[in-house]
Amino acid sequence: MSAKPKLAVYWASSCGGCEIAILAIHEKILDVAAAFDLVFWPCVLDFKKADVAAMADGEIDVTLFNGAIRTEENAEMAHLLRKKSKVLVAYGSCAMEGCIPGLANFADRKHMMQYIYHDAPTVDNPEGVEPQPQTTVPEGTLTLPAYWDTVKTLDQVVPVDYYLPGCPPEAKWTQAAVEAIMSGQLPPPGSVIGMDVTVCDECPREREEKKIKRFYRPQEIIPDPNKCLLDQGLLCMGIATRAGCGALCPSVNMGCRGCYGPNVDVVDGGARMISAIGSVIDAKTPEEIDAVLDTLPDPAGYFYRFGLAHSMLRRTALVRENGDRRAQPLEEVPHLDPKLKT
Amino acid sequence: MADYSQFNPAWGDRAPVIIGFLCNWCSYRAADLAGTSRFGYPATLRDIRIMCTGRLDPTFVVKALREGADGVLVMGCHPGQCHYEEGNYKAMRRIALLQRTLAQLGVHPDRVQLAWASAAQGGIFTETVKEMTEKVARLGPMQWRDNLEETAPHQEEGVPL
Repeated sequence: MSAKPKLAVYWASSCGGCEIAILAIHEKILDVAAAFDLVFWPCVLDFKKADVAAMADGEIDVTLFNGAIRTEENAEMAHLLRKKSKVLVAYGSCAMEGCIPGLANFADRKHMMQYIYHDAPTVDNPEGVEPQPQTTVPEGTLTLPAYWDTVKTLDQVVPVDYYLPGCPPEAKWTQAAVEAIMSGQLPPPGSVIGMDVTVCDECPREREEKKIKRFYRPQEIIPDPNKCLLDQGLLCMGIATRAGCGALCPSVNMGCRGCYGPNVDVVDGGARMISAIGSVIDAKTPEEIDAVLDTLPDPAGYFYRFGLAHSMLRRTALVRENGDRRAQPLEEVPHLDPKLKT
Repeated sequence: MADYSQFNPAWGDRAPVIIGFLCNWCSYRAADLAGTSRFGYPATLRDIRIMCTGRLDPTFVVKALREGADGVLVMGCHPGQCHYEEGNYKAMRRIALLQRTLAQLGVHPDRVQLAWASAAQGGIFTETVKEMTEKVARLGPMQWRDNLEETAPHQEEGVPL
């Protein structure tokens, strides 16, 4: 075999969109195929875990790891690929900050199982079967990876060298990363491959620093196409989100959802958003403030949509009940929009 | 030391830890005045002086809770009396939104409070600390790290903070 550098791509708890995002570099993918020896990519190639386990430590030059860590298997693969890789890249929002799978941190394992296998309206499970980590059958014991209460990010499980943000990452940054790796011109370890400014810096809309009297849901108004969405009362995460996407969502009248994660040096994206939103609300008494905030349902779900698992608190509080842990039930949470409780 | 297990048995012989962010121009001086006036109040508050409640990044509050605080008390100048004109109004809106956000994460709004005291109101300062201590004592210890420990065996590695 040639002395080409070895590349692996793995998906943990993810939707598969990152795999497609890798292919979005179009014909550059041919350069990647020419430059690298693809040794492991479960979505595309037939190499198995055993093939990776048989490799020497550090034999893989680069691993692009997408997906969050929510089961024992995800963690096992993260540890294995860390051991076998010289450079481990957290590719995409899930691996970097938990993303949509990380929203499971608003709940807990027991109640998720209850809903998914019993209570969901489309479930037909008269015998009440639930997946078990171990099942004994006549032929022996079958095992399934254990499912965790808390979804974690890749860097909460193993050390990570580089981060590529985005849900999914834009092709130009994948390309930049691939080119950097191929040329050996790598940034310092721990770097995020992307920009240091916010989405606002890339957004073509005009900002007037207006104060807002209320928030609107996207279906409630037709926004002015040239003016800042936040100025018009549409919640936009652009002010606290890392640039790199070219302000795709604001360009099509949709507030930024924050998939590129918090801006550089921001530890907790949600807290940053709270700080920013506090500055634009036009209200000076507790009653006025409450009235404005009542038009903003589910703030935690919005501010931590992509970053809950990597935020300061990481999840909802777990309360102990008869030896089991459970998330704080929504109906016991004050200030929550009554519509969300049902 | 006061016995907090009378409010909630979960305290055992522990006392609540409340982090106080006090505005340099008013509440911090109110705390000073409470001291020089020898007013008594529970030894639960760990105060940190900030220049203005408007300087309070909500990250500070979240970090305090995560690192083991049972509550956070933010105190500033009365509305209309901010040294920087607008700072305390910003704090008002931020804390209100923060309380709602934290409630969804299972943190009771009583654990994060905003109160006002001028430099002359040492009494209001001590009363606020007493009230807050009692509310937090009723809620019991928070111990946020417990929420993460069982399922996060490797969490100490590589977490930027």
